[in-house]
Amino acid sequence: MNCSAIWAMATLVVRELYRRKDFYVLFILTAVITLSFGAVNFFNEGSIVRYLKEICLALIWLSSIAIAVMTAARQIPDEIERKTVLPLLAKPVTRTDVVLGKYLGCLLACGITLLVFYVFFAAVSASKDSTFQLVSWFQALLMHWAMLSILIAMTLFGSLVFAAVSSNATIVLLSTGFILGILRHLNKVALMQSEPMQTILYAAYFCLPHLEFFDLRDLIVHSHPAVGWWPILMALFYADCFTAFFLVAACVMFKRKAIG
Amino acid sequence: MPPIVQIDDLVVEYVSKERGEGVKRAVNGLSLSIGEGEVFGFLGPNGAGKTTTMKVLLGFMPPTSGSASLFGTDVRQPIARQRIGYLPELTYYYKFLTTEELLRFYARIFKIPRPETEKRINEVLKLVELEDARKKQIKTYSKGMQQRAGLAQALINNPDLLILDEPTSGLDPIGRMKVREIIQRLKDEGKTVLFSSHELGEVETVCDQVGILHRGELKEHGRVADLVAKHGTHLEQIFLNVVGFAKDSESPTEVEIPKEEAS
Repeated sequence: MNCSAIWAMATLVVRELYRRKDFYVLFILTAVITLSFGAVNFFNEGSIVRYLKEICLALIWLSSIAIAVMTAARQIPDEIERKTVLPLLAKPVTRTDVVLGKYLGCLLACGITLLVFYVFFAAVSASKDSTFQLVSWFQALLMHWAMLSILIAMTLFGSLVFAAVSSNATIVLLSTGFILGILRHLNKVALMQSEPMQTILYAAYFCLPHLEFFDLRDLIVHSHPAVGWWPILMALFYADCFTAFFLVAACVMFKRKAIG
Repeated sequence: MPPIVQIDDLVVEYVSKERGEGVKRAVNGLSLSIGEGEVFGFLGPNGAGKTTTMKVLLGFMPPTSGSASLFGTDVRQPIARQRIGYLPELTYYYKFLTTEELLRFYARIFKIPRPETEKRINEVLKLVELEDARKKQIKTYSKGMQQRAGLAQALINNPDLLILDEPTSGLDPIGRMKVREIIQRLKDEGKTVLFSSHELGEVETVCDQVGILHRGELKEHGRVADLVAKHGTHLEQIFLNVVGFAKDSESPTEVEIPKEEAS
């Protein structure tokens, strides 16, 4: 494994992110909406701050998912289409290095993006709410990033399975919506089904990644105290397992792909 | 002295994407060896197997049978590519980077130390005449400049072997001349160069040896002067003979004359 090459590719992804307009557009959009809500005084209602936080965090989640999926989806297909993968693989670089470099780059790019979004959101929140639990915020940010790690790995794998960037991005975004909205209730739905549907739904419930585990927005919205570190570590391990699974699958797919 | 490139009885087959075509043989029993400091021109019509052979040498695809090695190391080992530079045909490099940043990126892959990288960047940018445009993003470059940026990336590790796939393809005459001059300078520096081209004049000017590939088989191989002496005609005619478009150069070309004119 060529760590130097992996790091070089990762920095390239980060550089690309801040030289493209996607991030700035989403950030400005989120900032404008957040500031607009922040400027409105709803009948001097104090608890309105909670709703403000909820809306802003939902926006940050949507923006970060869009950035993660769109960034990861185009990495390898762009390299193949522009043929830059050829001079890259003609150097002492393996295809596994390329997948890992792209993953690391997307993860770092999303980490920086999240940090910018959360710092901005913290500044707006501080102007409205005096309670600020640093550890809770850190845990929410960390879990959010772990969730994006799974999505990035899943999207990189998808980019080697589906022909077009747009179809991969759409499928991953729809799957994410399904997982966040429906998967958590799938076990209850399974109970009401007869066999073999019950087994199929249970299998899906246990095999698909439960992204909702990483949603700690309530800690920030309701100013709850921080969660214990053991559940956080367990969740991080859970995220690592799914990330590793999708990355291994992506490496296998890339090795089998004809280049040029 | 061991050869830089050694290919023995190479066979490359692939499954055609066309329905009912089955397995196709792109390279058929190719054996070749290129010594140090030689400039080898790979000639052949489209689909002759030139690019496929290069892909095998670069480790992009495995040989079906036979073997290929660079510097005595099997091409399937990534380390075999440590001392080579490769310029693919018509590549669109990362347009959001400047050439300087592009070269730094590739230098980092080779683990070249920072001071050495800066020195090397200055040298290759001077060689490819892109010093003035070094801080401009690649998206602002003309096709010729992009191709020279490509050559610069191929040279960043000061390779002992250069593999150039149609380096002058799509360039205007000035662009072609500049690339040809660069190859000439590399030859003078003692680099080993393997390049494919459709420009026979270019091959004749630059190459020590040529190989004419047709339908995956090496039909002719040797020094340009030797081939010309052996066949008693120029390289273009030799090429046309080999690929089956032979016309007797001594006899007048047959032209169909309209009946009215003939009478």
